[in-house]
Amino acid sequence: MQEETDRMSQNNLVVMEGIEKTFPGVHALKGCKFDLMAGEVHALVGENGAGKSTLMKILAGVYRKNSGHIYLKGKEIEIENTKQAQTMGISIIHQELNLMKHLTAAQNIFLGREQKKGYPFLVDDRAINEKTKNLFDMIHLDIEPTTRISSLSVAKQQMVEIAKALSFNMDVLIMDEPTSALSDTEIEDLFAIIRKLRADGKGIVYITHRIEELPSICDRVTVMRDGEYIATSAIQDITLDQIISLMVGREIYETAHPHGDTDRGEVVLEVKNLQRGKKIRDVSLKLHRGEILGFAGLMGAGRTEVARAIFGADPIDQGEIFVKGKKVNIRHPKDAVRYGIGYLSEDRKQYGLALTLGVDTNIVLASFRKFTNKLGFVKRRKMNETVHTFVDKLAIKTPKLDQLVKNLSGGNQQKVVIAKWLTRNCDILIFDEPTRGIDVGAKSEIYKLLNELADEGKAIIMISSELPEILRMSHRILVMCEGRITGELHAGEATQEKIMQYATLRKA
Amino acid sequence: MERNEKARKGLVNSNTTQKIMAFGSLVLLLVVFSIASPNFFKPENLIGILLATSVNGILAVGITFVIITAGIDLSVGTVMTFGSVIAAVIITMWGLPIWLGVIGGILAGALCGCASGFSIARLKVPPFIATLGMMMITKGLNLILSGTKPVYLTDTPAFANIALYPLIFGIPAGVIVFFLCAIVASIILSRTVLGRYTYAIGSNEEAARLSGINTRGWKIAIYSLCGAFAGVAGIVMAARLNSAQPALGAGYEMDAIAAAVIGGSSLSGGEGTILGTVIGAFIITVLTNGLRILSVPQEWQMVVTGLIVIGAVYLDILRRRERV
Repeated sequence: MQEETDRMSQNNLVVMEGIEKTFPGVHALKGCKFDLMAGEVHALVGENGAGKSTLMKILAGVYRKNSGHIYLKGKEIEIENTKQAQTMGISIIHQELNLMKHLTAAQNIFLGREQKKGYPFLVDDRAINEKTKNLFDMIHLDIEPTTRISSLSVAKQQMVEIAKALSFNMDVLIMDEPTSALSDTEIEDLFAIIRKLRADGKGIVYITHRIEELPSICDRVTVMRDGEYIATSAIQDITLDQIISLMVGREIYETAHPHGDTDRGEVVLEVKNLQRGKKIRDVSLKLHRGEILGFAGLMGAGRTEVARAIFGADPIDQGEIFVKGKKVNIRHPKDAVRYGIGYLSEDRKQYGLALTLGVDTNIVLASFRKFTNKLGFVKRRKMNETVHTFVDKLAIKTPKLDQLVKNLSGGNQQKVVIAKWLTRNCDILIFDEPTRGIDVGAKSEIYKLLNELADEGKAIIMISSELPEILRMSHRILVMCEGRITGELHAGEATQEKIMQYATLRKA
Repeated sequence: MERNEKARKGLVNSNTTQKIMAFGSLVLLLVVFSIASPNFFKPENLIGILLATSVNGILAVGITFVIITAGIDLSVGTVMTFGSVIAAVIITMWGLPIWLGVIGGILAGALCGCASGFSIARLKVPPFIATLGMMMITKGLNLILSGTKPVYLTDTPAFANIALYPLIFGIPAGVIVFFLCAIVASIILSRTVLGRYTYAIGSNEEAARLSGINTRGWKIAIYSLCGAFAGVAGIVMAARLNSAQPALGAGYEMDAIAAAVIGGSSLSGGEGTILGTVIGAFIITVLTNGLRILSVPQEWQMVVTGLIVIGAVYLDILRRRERV
């Protein structure tokens, strides 16, 4: 506490206090605080959805806070929009870069500030190219200002974003997951620039998932969890394991598993050496009958990509897939469905449901041929019987069978998708974030349903970013990081810490 | 890293190939038709081609701006006729001087564009619908204002000079107007703030907005500019026909879009040049002219033009796929 007041008296660049933010249905930030000194790199870490990006987007003017105070160099400020934040010297580099790929580097950096002196209608490309050259020299970036963004690598594009931030004479630079798409050498280049900026007295907020890179770049680290501030520490005073357990908050969740270690059934799905660019690297796995296989990892680790590749939604470079021992060639989702594989996308509304159609139509959508006669007319009665069975079995709460799906709650929508694949007789079900956007009560119903399906002999892959969910549901857990499977854990031995360790295990 | 390098090279190559290909196919068409028919490469025919291109060319130049923003303007054909009708009404019915008629026609076009731009940028009506509506509105207005009959400009013979006066080396004034439009448009697109924001909006509207650019206002300006070019095209059209033909115009937008697309503009935005559009416009006229000289029936000319448009867009898609 003493240290805290000392720090306040030092000239803090940014202090954020009591920041509250709610989105419809979500309390994203609960009284968060954060502070940043000039000449430091301050890392902000936490699990997916902990609120790191939200907090920083408030500082950068992308979102407005509901309440709380922000001080810049000791003066309280209100930030209305990004432009205003920029003129105050606060710049953010988003995870998804905000560049116009058809324009040149210089045109991007000076967009909105390219007018010729005295002739405000004309653009002064010579001047902005020159200024850009100077900016690039400052950060030792070897790019011509006239290069189109689309011809630059992601790493170089990021450097252009940094140059853009510098062009506003920024004091505060927020970087959201800057290294997630970079190779090791590119990361070293980026770190070199960050160190240079720090030496120049800039304050840098560094949001990352990669715990292991913290010691080499940051001075202090702040941990957030579930929209709350957890702790701040100088990086030399804390171990990576301590950071991970602060992120995970071990005391909150039980890791007990409802299933005993059952005898595993036959292997129904086997994947060998699956490869797809940099997204999927040499992934092999086996899935047994009656098993729930959890797929853990951080965002962008390649879990969804593996699921989509198995389902035939994306082309693969190489690899073999066996269903019930037989080698299969899946080149399109319709092949996968024929072999009894169903995929329940994390984005139900976009990929899983026809929102403006009824519950009944959605349930039979993937197996329409079963319900039509030779002329293509729908056999109403047979269809209604089937729909009725599944609505009862899965306890889908709907006033009538032809209720439009968009009027159902998230949990019931998810059940409709499940019913769709069950109608199609799928034995292998891949759930991608099955409980995303579903409230707590409905979640446990979905869990119950998954357990029942597994008991009936279905084989289930469950992708989830929520560790408690993974631990609670899975018989076996595969952890992915950067397109590789970095660890396999059995239900008995798995803990959140172990999973996080594997999930941040980057291989050269 | 190596992969990036390769992608970069591929991009540069394919971009230049696109330009060379458009120009090359124009030259190829000229050569083929010259060999196939002795009547093709004659001064009268070439001037005919130039004059025939001018109206569509001016429309295409205007629509290029809109297409670069990832928008579309289906109303340019009937807005063009609206410009003709307004000019003819001002000159013949009101008896005002020709120059006022010209300015009135161009302003009328700009106003239509401004209205479309307003419904797109402010009311968030999709460009396809907003300009489809504008197309119907102007189609109706053209008939109302003209009393459903052509308005003849025979009392002011000087008006026809705007299109037909042999200005330089016997090249008619209408062609010169087209070239001037192209040059002005090219300067606007490459040298002015308006041009820069046109690309920025088409490339990533949200990023442009976050850079503090008033994207709505600029979109209205861009559609107004497109409308103004349609007005100019209307003046040239009226001068060529020595009258405003109120029933004309529908369908011209398709040739204009085709010209821009053949010339390398991408309907998904961010890409396109005036030079490319001009080449595209010439490809269309040379093709129809050449086929006509070879006595290919008109209905087959349409079929061929249609195939060329699809082919050009398919090449564009191939080029894009390469890049990803």
